[in-house]
Amino acid sequence: MSTQVSEASDAVVGTERRLNMIEAINEALDVMLERDPDVIVMGEDVGYFGGVFRCTAGLQEKHGKTRVFDTPISECGIIGVAVGMGAYGLRPVPEIQFADYIYPGLDQLISEAARLRYRSACEYIAPMTVRSPFGGGIFGGQTHSQSPEAIFTHVAGLKTVIPSTPYDAKGLLISCIEDNDPVIFFEPKRIYNGPFSGFYDKPAEPWKRFDASVVPEGHYKIPLGKARTVTEGEQLTILAYGTMVHVTEAVCKAKGVEAHILDLRTLMPLDIEAIEASVEKTGRCLIVHEATRTSGFGAELSALVTERCFYHLEAPVERVTGFDTPYPHSLEWAYFPGPVRIGEAIDKILKD
Amino acid sequence: MAKEPRTRKAPAKAKASVTAKPTAAPDDFILHSLQETHEKSRKYDASTEEMLHFYEQMLLIRRFEEKAGQLYGLGLIGGFCHLYIGQEAVAVGLQSALTEKLDSVITGYRDHGHMLAYGIDPKVIMAELTGRQAGISKGKGGSMHMFSTEHKFYGGHGIVGAQVALGGGLALAHQYNEDGGICLAYFGDGASNQGQVYETFNMAALWKLPIVFVIENNGYAMGTAVKRGSAETEFHRRGTAFRIPGMDVNGMDVLEVRNAAEIAFKHVREGNGPVLMELNTYRYRGHSMSDPAKYRTREEVQEQRDQHDPIDGLKKVLLEHGKTEEDIKAIDKDIRKIVAEAADFSESSPEPDPAELYTDVLVEEY
Ligand SMILES: Cc1ncc(C[n+]2csc(CCOP(=O)(O)OP(=O)(O)O)c2C)c(N)n1
Ligand SMILES: [Mg+2]
Repeated sequence: MSTQVSEASDAVVGTERRLNMIEAINEALDVMLERDPDVIVMGEDVGYFGGVFRCTAGLQEKHGKTRVFDTPISECGIIGVAVGMGAYGLRPVPEIQFADYIYPGLDQLISEAARLRYRSACEYIAPMTVRSPFGGGIFGGQTHSQSPEAIFTHVAGLKTVIPSTPYDAKGLLISCIEDNDPVIFFEPKRIYNGPFSGFYDKPAEPWKRFDASVVPEGHYKIPLGKARTVTEGEQLTILAYGTMVHVTEAVCKAKGVEAHILDLRTLMPLDIEAIEASVEKTGRCLIVHEATRTSGFGAELSALVTERCFYHLEAPVERVTGFDTPYPHSLEWAYFPGPVRIGEAIDKILKD
Repeated sequence: MAKEPRTRKAPAKAKASVTAKPTAAPDDFILHSLQETHEKSRKYDASTEEMLHFYEQMLLIRRFEEKAGQLYGLGLIGGFCHLYIGQEAVAVGLQSALTEKLDSVITGYRDHGHMLAYGIDPKVIMAELTGRQAGISKGKGGSMHMFSTEHKFYGGHGIVGAQVALGGGLALAHQYNEDGGICLAYFGDGASNQGQVYETFNMAALWKLPIVFVIENNGYAMGTAVKRGSAETEFHRRGTAFRIPGMDVNGMDVLEVRNAAEIAFKHVREGNGPVLMELNTYRYRGHSMSDPAKYRTREEVQEQRDQHDPIDGLKKVLLEHGKTEEDIKAIDKDIRKIVAEAADFSESSPEPDPAELYTDVLVEEY
């Protein structure tokens, strides 16, 4: 699936169903609630209200209050309870309203969810999927914009998954829910309604105009640990995920650069084969993420590429990331690693 | 540090056990005594001057928030913005009873009203909302994150419930420094379900910290009505397990709030440890600026506005005390001017310098 603009821009093309990412996520939950009586959706305002981003809209009405329910504002409790539910055989899908609020639950995620399988020698597991909107670009300031993925990739025993299209969101979420490990499923909220080019002064485009919004009905899976080739190209490899997939794609298009853009989709497990194959082909690698730079996931990627592809590299690996500061309230576009910084990094890497 | 706590006896409800437990100690009375004192004469005996002052402050909050709502609509304020309209009597009634420059205050993200009640300049608050350099946090905090060392106002915190534990720390510092100050820690009905609130309750009671916990029960946590998120909806009872006396207060009447504040603050100031106050109030506007409000009826909101509005209520009392409609109109005019000036200031002051992105992260710059 690629995110090319379709010919007939506004209209829904053909008879295929086109969904935005919210609808796709909603459908994944619906499908899994239907198929598996052990699946339970819970979180702050997810039941009666349908979620602050409407990802769970209608699910309580359809599946009832024992399957889809509201929780108090108790992130530590929500995640801890989900671990216990999972250990007893259920498949909870708790929502943490914003990734910025996941921290009260970190203890339960790190010390319990991630470790239960290991320390019980697989007697017990924690098959849960924590869904949470993350990332910036919505003027949310420091408590509605963070990208804390590297905290979770650093913890052995957790999987971390980040979709960038409606099609992927549905297929990946179903895989996560069926997976027997605890998964952190971060939803890039900036692209819930349409992909974001990073050119923030241009009008936003809805998902309907993009082929990646064609979402099949029913059950389908996208395997964890498989990256997606967004564009083929020989000039350089760009590794990105979430919102930045679309930003890098738009920048390359604007600059006429032919990049092999890989949407990693899952950070843990990571599709290292795809990364290696691409970098061996292009000899140049740019890594882009919104999260802060130091100890960010880009550092891990850079180390891996350097370790595995050193003799193929024709230029140092470059990273474009958020600055090492809290997410600001003002100056969001100066902070956001957008087209200007990505463009400069591409120029540098191609010149070297 | 903390004084030796009184020895506690087991509660009366003794289970059948091998050793019979002693019955309730007479000091259990303390859990209800503050409320009983409050109920004896619910209304603070304010002078007309004081009432005028309360009126001005509440009206300032109301008009300021209305203006903030307008600026949000115009795109001048972005992101998340939570208005305090309806809850004015709480901040004004409580904070008017604090000792300025001595006591500390901490709250959540619905913080504009608490700052205004403290007499903090509306201009720098509004400029923070619009994210400008002249804002009280240099545009770095925004609506939810504002601070004032001058007023011992410790913020404005976006993470639900986190400020309660911080308040415990402020109180511990008051106690440690023996400065005679107390901490007022506000949080919502929704926030009261965070675990760290109870960790703090226990520490505060154990160490007899000078802290007043204030639950602003406005009926909803975003779209979740109290009864759908809380097992114990009588929030003033939530400290009972920690032997913290509770008070159940009408938060829509500034004179009742002030009356309760006098009683609670005295108790805490005298070294008796924490008090938990539930302030029953109501927010008229949505949770934040984007709120479809499907979780309650228009009639419910209208009923609160018509029957319980704290500003209308005090206006009536003022008229009874000989003030005229003209006097009230003059106040309204003054307040509108102050708010208009704050709005102008917030629109005309420049954006922060991009270099500010890197400042204030750590002591040194990297
Ligand atoms: C740890 C955390 N979880 C969730 C949120 C999202 N959130 C912000 S306000 C709010 C509701 C809080 O309700 P309440 O405590 O009653 O305060 P009110 O908004 O009514 O003043 C929620 C869930 C948050 N900011 N922090
Ligand atoms: Mg509330």
